[in-house]
Amino acid sequence: MRFIGLCQPVLALMLAPLLRGVINKVKALFAGRCGPSVFQPYRDLAKLLGKGAVYSGTTTLVFRLAPLVGLSAVVVALALLPIGSVQAMLAFPGDIILFAYVLGLMRFFTVLGALDTGSSFEGMGASREVQFSALVEPVLMLSMATLARHSGSISFSGIYSSITFGVWMQAGPTLAMVSAALLVVCLAENSRIPVDDPNTHLELTMIHEVMVLDYSGPDLAFILYAAALKLWVFGALLVGLCMPLRTGWAMMDIAAFLVGMLLLAIVIGVIESMMARLRLLRVPQMLVGAGAIAIIALVLVLR
Amino acid sequence: MQVWTDVILITVVLTNLALTGLSSLGTCIRVMALQGVLLGLITIGVQREQLSLHVLVLVAGTVAIKGFVFPRLLKRAIREAAIRQEVEPFVGFASSLLIGSLALPFAIWLTGRLPHLDAGVSPLLVPTAFHAILIGLLLIVSRRKAVTQVLGYLALENGIFVFGVGLARQATFLVEMGILLDVFVAVFVMGIAIFHISREFDHIDTDQLSQLKE
Amino acid sequence: MVAALFLIPGLAGLTAFVIRPDGMRRALLLAVALAHAGLTTRAWLCPPSPALDGLLRLDELGLLFLSITSVLFLTASFYGIGYLRREAPGRRKDFEDGFLFVNAPEAVFTGCLLLFLAMMTLVSLSGHLGLTWVAVEATTLASAPLIYYHRHHRSLEATWKYLLICSVGIALALLGIFLVAVSATDSTGATVSLLTDELVRRGSQLDHAWLKLGFVFLLVGYGTKMGLAPLHTWLPDAHSESPAVVSALLSGALLNCAFLSILRAYQVLAAADCAAFGQEMLVLLGLISMGVAAVFIVGQQDYKRMLAYSSVEHVGILALGVGLGGVGAFGAMLHAVNHSLTKAMLFLIAGNILSVYGTKSCRDIRGALCALPVSAALWLAGFLAITGTPPFGTFLSEFIVLKSALEQGRVAVAVLYLGFLGIIFVGMAGVFLRMAYGRSSWTLENQPGREPVLSLIPPALLGMVVLGLGIWIPAPLLDLLDRAAKALGGL
Repeated sequence: MRFIGLCQPVLALMLAPLLRGVINKVKALFAGRCGPSVFQPYRDLAKLLGKGAVYSGTTTLVFRLAPLVGLSAVVVALALLPIGSVQAMLAFPGDIILFAYVLGLMRFFTVLGALDTGSSFEGMGASREVQFSALVEPVLMLSMATLARHSGSISFSGIYSSITFGVWMQAGPTLAMVSAALLVVCLAENSRIPVDDPNTHLELTMIHEVMVLDYSGPDLAFILYAAALKLWVFGALLVGLCMPLRTGWAMMDIAAFLVGMLLLAIVIGVIESMMARLRLLRVPQMLVGAGAIAIIALVLVLR
Repeated sequence: MQVWTDVILITVVLTNLALTGLSSLGTCIRVMALQGVLLGLITIGVQREQLSLHVLVLVAGTVAIKGFVFPRLLKRAIREAAIRQEVEPFVGFASSLLIGSLALPFAIWLTGRLPHLDAGVSPLLVPTAFHAILIGLLLIVSRRKAVTQVLGYLALENGIFVFGVGLARQATFLVEMGILLDVFVAVFVMGIAIFHISREFDHIDTDQLSQLKE
Repeated sequence: MVAALFLIPGLAGLTAFVIRPDGMRRALLLAVALAHAGLTTRAWLCPPSPALDGLLRLDELGLLFLSITSVLFLTASFYGIGYLRREAPGRRKDFEDGFLFVNAPEAVFTGCLLLFLAMMTLVSLSGHLGLTWVAVEATTLASAPLIYYHRHHRSLEATWKYLLICSVGIALALLGIFLVAVSATDSTGATVSLLTDELVRRGSQLDHAWLKLGFVFLLVGYGTKMGLAPLHTWLPDAHSESPAVVSALLSGALLNCAFLSILRAYQVLAAADCAAFGQEMLVLLGLISMGVAAVFIVGQQDYKRMLAYSSVEHVGILALGVGLGGVGAFGAMLHAVNHSLTKAMLFLIAGNILSVYGTKSCRDIRGALCALPVSAALWLAGFLAITGTPPFGTFLSEFIVLKSALEQGRVAVAVLYLGFLGIIFVGMAGVFLRMAYGRSSWTLENQPGREPVLSLIPPALLGMVVLGLGIWIPAPLLDLLDRAAKALGGL
């Protein structure tokens, strides 16, 4: 157990809702509005935590368990992620596998919770979520395999500490392709445009949001908080790859990382402002495209 | 130089993948134009000696024809024949993309089975060429529209071109120009044929072209 | 002189696009055909010197195939004059589906015909692998508008298939050429010319693996154009839908040009001591082609398609002959001559029959001997010739190929060869005989008039030449065939 590794979870737990705030602010500015404060997500969470929960009579324990499991799973995932060359709290060979499964567990419970309500809308959302995640997970695994092969390590800490400017100069195309694939994964996993619209209120077109319609009060707060953390998790994967600043000083690395996260939030905000949501039929096409890019990257590394 | 050649080659691979996965004809044609320009860059990238006038003319011809004239011709054919902007594949986009990306390992494997080449050129060159050829064949057999088949033919031709500029630098200038001209006329004639097909059949789906058979 | 052979039809072709009066254009067609034949004759008498640093030159193989092209074009252009006169301008009714269609402008037809001749000549003259490729691809492009002469959807379909399949095939041949170029690169990476003669001279220095791979691609690429099964799929469509003149030229001359391109590659391969590799492939493709043709000829209802499949069979025999080597190469050369002449004759007569009966289905044709006595007689003679019945020249050449198979003790090949020939004979006999004999479907009132002379003399002449070649081969031709076979490592 390394205490410096606590930085990642602690920072994430503190700052994750801020990412959402920044994204919303960027979108508002693009639309010519002033928009809510970047701290609005914190206020929302506080408000929800102060309320009571309402449970439908048809739901069971699974429904109540899902937000808790989701939140704890994503916290475990956070513990596996390094910042730059700063080692993660938990780093061991093969932690990338654990990472994928922990996130899988989170999704599994979200889906179960949605199915537990017995509502047809939530069932539909669950089915879409599973369909798309079946396409997203291979992309994630392929990207990770590419990075692992490239750095010769199968631990996040090993992989990310090996990525430097020098490596980018030497294997730029491969890393760029992995980054592109990871960006798509990030957008898809966090139900962002162009895959899903987080602000939509039309159930027919929703994917992720429709699954959590029945939650209220603290449960909803947990879910929103977990979603923000998940965005942080995938953002950290991407930023660690694209900001190859490895100074060796923990403080510098962490500062660079935070700047990177801020930039990522702005980029996502810009993407959401510029693009329209894809038709549902086109989404698998885009995900498979990301997969194809990941395959090419892996092949180039294996060659 | 080598790194940049590699970057261009990988971009060519990605443009080919884009051709298998994009659903809008107009975008496909733009991607094809980009590929044409990239081919010109490769021609410069693989030169070991000083750039001669011969190479420069070839590059200019390649970029002009593949990057600008062909896209114009195809766009025109689409506009005049009032073709819908959808690609309409027989094999779905996802499967095409998957096949397209798996074609790269196959191309690399194929290259590995060939005798070793002198180390002057990028090791990615031959796989990229084979990949483009495979993608071209895939597009020709798996797409419904005549225009897309022409795109496939162009991808195939580009793959062979990559192979040619990288390895066989001994063709005479006259012949190279002849090859370029031939491909140009081929696309031109195909464009005219597309126009006639669309007029005769009211659309350019080649699966309607199935009357002549045993 | 060499350049003139190619330039005259080329420039005339371009001119034909802009000439307005029909009479002048037709006269130009005849004049070019005569001039081409004249120049070819002159090339026989005094071999011309190479031009453009050896890019253009005329060797034995080139001269042989050039002569075939020239003779066929001459006869076809005479026939073509009559054909163009009969093809009235304006809307015409399609005989199969009954819709209206128009013909392509005659200027386009004549122009493309002449350009087609120019490009086929260029194939024969080319002494450079790359130039050969350029010329072969150009033949495709020049002949595509010819196939689409009758502007209706069936011919359009045939044209599209022809364009796309052949272009893709020939693109693969280009890859083959590059592979050959790689094989010719020496260790220093110095540039090596792709002149055929140069490659043959440096044969022993070529890298075998790359060369073999290159040959495979060249064989596949040009084989597509030549109509070797299983790459022949465009051939029946294009041949059955194009006008008689074009079918005759496609089958008689164009397939030979593609064959010549394969032979060029084979020459290089043989010079590098890999002939056995190429021979095996040629034998295999040859037998497959014959087999496929046999399957599709039996029970074929459309006589033009049947002739097209017969072309697949005969290019198979050509490939087989060269593949067997030795005396077989000589047989293949002789067969190239015989088959071209016979097939052109049959396609021309098929055009006559089609114009009178208005159907391509042989079920609807009976008693042609009564209605069209001369054409039907020639049709029967052509049938005997194409199936290799003595005393026609085809018998001689097919027999030589068989002999070479037996001499090498390749009994299986010989048995398959004879078997396919037998099946094809039976299959074709049914169709041809039924069409010629029987009660005519014509009544006295609508009996067709006299057959136009211009559409009878060219095929009749071709038939007589084939008959003559079966009895006596003139010494100069024999000498040329001999040298051509030697150039392929035969005899």
